[in-house]
Amino acid sequence: MTTTDVPPPWGLLAEVTHACPLHCPYCSNPLELVRPSAELSAAEWTRVFGEAAELGIVQAHVSGGEPLLRADLAEIVAAAHRAGVYTQLVTSGVGLTAGRLAELLAAGLNSVQLSLQDARRPGSDLIAGRVSYAEKEEAAGVIRDAGAPFGLNVVLHRRNLDNLREIIEVGARWGADRIELANTQFYGWALRNRAALLPTRDQLDAAKAVVAAWRAERDAPELVWVLPDYYEGVPKPCMGGWGARTITVGPDGTALPCPAAYAIPDLDAPNVRERPLGWIWTESPAFNAYRGTEWMSEPCRSCPRREVDFGGCRCQAHALTGDAARTDPACALSPDHDLVRAATEAPRADEFVYRRPGRSVSG
Amino acid sequence: MTDPAAAPADSADPAWRPTLDGSIVLRYDRVRGADLLLMPERAVRLSGTGGRILRLCDGSRTVDGIIAELAETFPDAPLDAEVPVFLDRVRARGWLR
Repeated sequence: MTTTDVPPPWGLLAEVTHACPLHCPYCSNPLELVRPSAELSAAEWTRVFGEAAELGIVQAHVSGGEPLLRADLAEIVAAAHRAGVYTQLVTSGVGLTAGRLAELLAAGLNSVQLSLQDARRPGSDLIAGRVSYAEKEEAAGVIRDAGAPFGLNVVLHRRNLDNLREIIEVGARWGADRIELANTQFYGWALRNRAALLPTRDQLDAAKAVVAAWRAERDAPELVWVLPDYYEGVPKPCMGGWGARTITVGPDGTALPCPAAYAIPDLDAPNVRERPLGWIWTESPAFNAYRGTEWMSEPCRSCPRREVDFGGCRCQAHALTGDAARTDPACALSPDHDLVRAATEAPRADEFVYRRPGRSVSG
Repeated sequence: MTDPAAAPADSADPAWRPTLDGSIVLRYDRVRGADLLLMPERAVRLSGTGGRILRLCDGSRTVDGIIAELAETFPDAPLDAEVPVFLDRVRARGWLR
């Protein structure tokens, strides 16, 4: 693929801060969290959204960390809105008062995605590493009362999968329009906590039956089931292909094809402080590294599914094999598939390593 | 959809004034040269005709009103047959009220 025929991106994941009141052990932020002093200013985000819209981006997740920790969040949302970008706030709910949401909606915010860790208070607070369930319930009421489109996101794992029916019922009671049931993806913090988070096949089979039963009974809330790739034998087409659909911009301006790609050390990630987003998307070595199919080796190169799943996830290939260009070990055809199978058969652990700044080395 | 009130035959309802669901933004995308429906977690690229029809769905016009307005620009198109079917399809996705 040459740089002239790179299709435009659709989405931007804007990680406006890595600061967060919660400490979830599967956080999608990198192990090395960006400090608040290095964060892009609202003026810098305004430029980023302008460049993003020029490039073809029409949707943004305004995420973190906890984006509400930025006092200037409404300014950032307003900039996205002015650029014509549809914005979704991705929040823990901590700090989402009626006044704060009204300010964001007035700035042009289009929808809200609230996280929930488990169906009941003790389980949810345990995973979050902080008392937060009651604040989430209040936040749900605030979103519902404002009439804003409301998605609930629940990361699923060994400790909450057995409560799935009750989780869905909580989402329905709280007024969610859709519930994203996001089976844990094992990079970064989640990989660190894999022995405590990886479910059994029986748990997943039971959970799939719960989802099927709900869908047969009710039209709403809509359920979105994110595949648990360790047990599927086929890799997921991560991000719809490397550099194919979305750009992640971190708090310090680091631009990546995927939020897990911080962990690929030789990627030479570009930064929006140094380069325009258009160059980053079409020209940068990082975004072209695994674009298309030219970079593939066997068994991907001759695989009939190479344009379907793009060899799976580059970050997972790197995390498990040390080489981001290898076939995703989640694929049953990968010569490294034993790594994934062994993890599913290994003894489980009960202790979490919670996400905290500076925790990555000491663990 | 199990609710009989949402069954397709409803678009014959002369009182229905279609309007996009509150979660949805319809906008023209200059980069792709197409109308898009933007909604949480999703963007849908519309055909030129689809965009023209949905732009008229602002809650002020009945289905007959939408057809009449389109007929001024496309007098020879089979609007009576196709517009209601299209609107039903979009409503079945939950994008029209």
